[in-house]
Amino acid sequence: MKKDSFWKRVTGWSLFLPVVSLLLVMAVNIIHDIAVGANPLSFFMITLRQTTGNGTILYGRIIDILNRGSEVAILAIGMTLVVSSSAGTDISVGSVMSLCASFCCMLLAGYGVSSATTLACPLIVGILAGILLGVICGMFNGTLVAYFGIQPMVATLILYSAARAIGLLLCNDLIVYVRNGTFGIFGGFLGVIPTPVVIAAICILVMTLVLKKTALGMYIQSVGINGRASRIAGLNSKRIIFLTYMLCGLFAGIAGIVASSRITSADSNNIGLYFEMDAILAVALGGNSLGGGKFNLAGSIIGAYTIQAITTTLYALGVSSTQAPVFKAVIVILIVAIQAPPLKAYMKRRNMAKQVKGAA
Amino acid sequence: MEENVVLTARGITMTFPGVKALENVDFTLRKGEIHALMGENGAGKSTLIKCLTGINDFEAGEIHVDGISGPVKNHSTKDAQEVGISTVYQEVNLCPNLSVAENLFIGREPMTKFHTVDRRSYNKRSQKIMDELGIAVDVTQNLENYSLAIQQMVAIARAVDMDCKVLILDEPTSSLDDEEVEKLFTLMRSLRDKGVGIIFVTHFLEQVYAVCDRITVLRDGQLVGEYPIADLPRVKLVAAMMGKNLDDLAEIQKESIEDVSRNPLEISAKGLSHTGTIKPFDLDIHKGEVVGIAGLLGSGRSELARAIYGADRASSGTLSVGGKEVKIKEPIDAMNLGMGMLPDDRKAEGIIGDLSVRENIILALQAKRGMFNLLSRAKQEEIAARYIDLVQIKTADQETLVKQLSGGNQQKVILARWLATDPDFLILDEPTRGIDVGTKSEIQKMIVKLAGEGKSILFISSEIAEMLRTCNRMAIMRDGEKVGELDHDLTQENVMKAIAGGEGTK
Repeated sequence: MKKDSFWKRVTGWSLFLPVVSLLLVMAVNIIHDIAVGANPLSFFMITLRQTTGNGTILYGRIIDILNRGSEVAILAIGMTLVVSSSAGTDISVGSVMSLCASFCCMLLAGYGVSSATTLACPLIVGILAGILLGVICGMFNGTLVAYFGIQPMVATLILYSAARAIGLLLCNDLIVYVRNGTFGIFGGFLGVIPTPVVIAAICILVMTLVLKKTALGMYIQSVGINGRASRIAGLNSKRIIFLTYMLCGLFAGIAGIVASSRITSADSNNIGLYFEMDAILAVALGGNSLGGGKFNLAGSIIGAYTIQAITTTLYALGVSSTQAPVFKAVIVILIVAIQAPPLKAYMKRRNMAKQVKGAA
Repeated sequence: MEENVVLTARGITMTFPGVKALENVDFTLRKGEIHALMGENGAGKSTLIKCLTGINDFEAGEIHVDGISGPVKNHSTKDAQEVGISTVYQEVNLCPNLSVAENLFIGREPMTKFHTVDRRSYNKRSQKIMDELGIAVDVTQNLENYSLAIQQMVAIARAVDMDCKVLILDEPTSSLDDEEVEKLFTLMRSLRDKGVGIIFVTHFLEQVYAVCDRITVLRDGQLVGEYPIADLPRVKLVAAMMGKNLDDLAEIQKESIEDVSRNPLEISAKGLSHTGTIKPFDLDIHKGEVVGIAGLLGSGRSELARAIYGADRASSGTLSVGGKEVKIKEPIDAMNLGMGMLPDDRKAEGIIGDLSVRENIILALQAKRGMFNLLSRAKQEEIAARYIDLVQIKTADQETLVKQLSGGNQQKVILARWLATDPDFLILDEPTRGIDVGTKSEIQKMIVKLAGEGKSILFISSEIAEMLRTCNRMAIMRDGEKVGELDHDLTQENVMKAIAGGEGTK
């Protein structure tokens, strides 16, 4: 058999389209920069900048995208697993983020305190408790989906609407501010690098290692493709689905802490608002089927940063934040369309026709 | 076009990536004949049918249909239906929760002048259609109330009423029992007499000889030949399909099966049951023994096996494995006790379609080892390679998705999956359904070989002949109940008698 051409190998790569989408968004930036007469590579420029305090931080559009995209990237990890195992989505992640943030801040500030400068409990306790609450939310969702057989959308709808309200309850209907330098670190900077980038990188790395070193990835995909057959082959399909929801809750908790630390407060009504949609979109942009089964974690991560890149680009282009969603929608339609099965099939047919001609 | 010919295909060529699925294949169907399309798995039968019905886009060749000038190119099954080509598959593609009449007219309901569905008229017309075809049903009843055979006949009736000239029946008899098959044949014959050309795809050789007038044989995507039925006796047909002379399927000799009734017990079930599907039964299986389960479809054969394996959790009774009483809640428990089960529904409970051949083979072994004990990639590849070789799976490579393999090869993958776990007790539920003769005899040989190695096998099959060839003993099932066992004088006649009831059972 002859070796496939370089081009064919590249286009056959599972991440080809997600990467192209991301590059396209970057290209728009470059074209814009050229058009306005700025340095064509200013998009990629990373500089050191003094902060109002005395710190030095990395600055640049790329850094901004990586930083701002962290929460969605973290959520996308869990969402990918949930989609794969259960062919459904966890729409509660945004609300769970908010709940975890509220719980964490409530513990740190003390119940009923709206602004605290000294911590009511050790920082680590607050953070871990917040994340743990995320895990518990995930277990709740997982129980409903895996053991009660409730449609994922309906099951997670419960926490989608309830979690934010519970968060408000925990915070006594206040926006709780934790004005303590140490809490802000998770949304701030670790040396010159934004901490959320580091946290996202750690989450991605750990999950990648888990998928590589254990059979979890194979189990999840197997259950997602054919749950009944997986059970006969010895997998506990329910437990695996439960586990994916639990992991999704874990990552929602982590993302919640990051989001809360960014604003050093628990703004229950706004933290993680609509993030579930971005997380689901990230999974889809990554070339993953929302019908479950095979998944590609790297694709989802790229998808998450693509979404942030679009947002950042639109602001760079001077689109107002009220109009941005319209343009974002247009770009998303384009990206989803180039990954749509009919177009892929068309490309394949064209390739085959070429081959046949070449053979004749 | 020749006189009396209703469909011709000339020089059909179709490639899938890397494989020539069909190469320059000709096919001719005459009016009022039942034409068997034969070949091993992967010979190109399904591909050819999909070309005729517009599912596959063939690259070269022409299809002509009687009454239509110029070549016909179908792009969908709807196109095909419009030129008079209808297909009925093994799995009935109708709506079980609609009435028979609704199913007959779905998508083309007769309307009243107020543009509402004319229920009365289509119920009447439906009853007339069914009566004419001699199918005894009440058309106002939901389809799900009828047996699979009737459902299939409804599908056929629908096709016929849509003025089909060519009726394609793809493995229609795979899930039918003998009596139902006979009913279907009666219907096929009466359609033939009305001038419909029928293409019949089946793996059952005896059925070909029971109804067909002509046989076209394919092998490796190429046409072997077209023969009137009288010119192609069974042995020659098998030879044509396999491309070699196969003496007889009965080359596995019963004499080679030794007496194992003194061997220690491997499995011993006492009063095991699953509410609603199988009544309490006792069953002993010795080491190195092959026990067959005979009975009609739906008699509880699979359910008995599922209760032992934990696929359906037993609701009463006890099970001992190797002399020790055990509790099995989930299949994994059974696997840890050294069991394996190849389920009868390959698609729904066997293959993981989107995973590769390698992953499908190591899946059960990996499940046994646990999530945190991943087999290294090198080890996985080694195991996959060994079993691909051992059971002779025809696949481009290990990374091919299992759904891209032909049915028989998928079955072998699942067999490989279980062999890889090195089970002491293997349940094989219809391992040879829908697969070709060559593979069948390979699987039968494998069963005898495994038993020879001291493994115990529970073998379920609708083909009594193949169980006779391999089993030491047979359990007889009737209406969800184990009604007896046969351990001597295993002959087709005795087993039949036992299944039917009356003499022969203990």
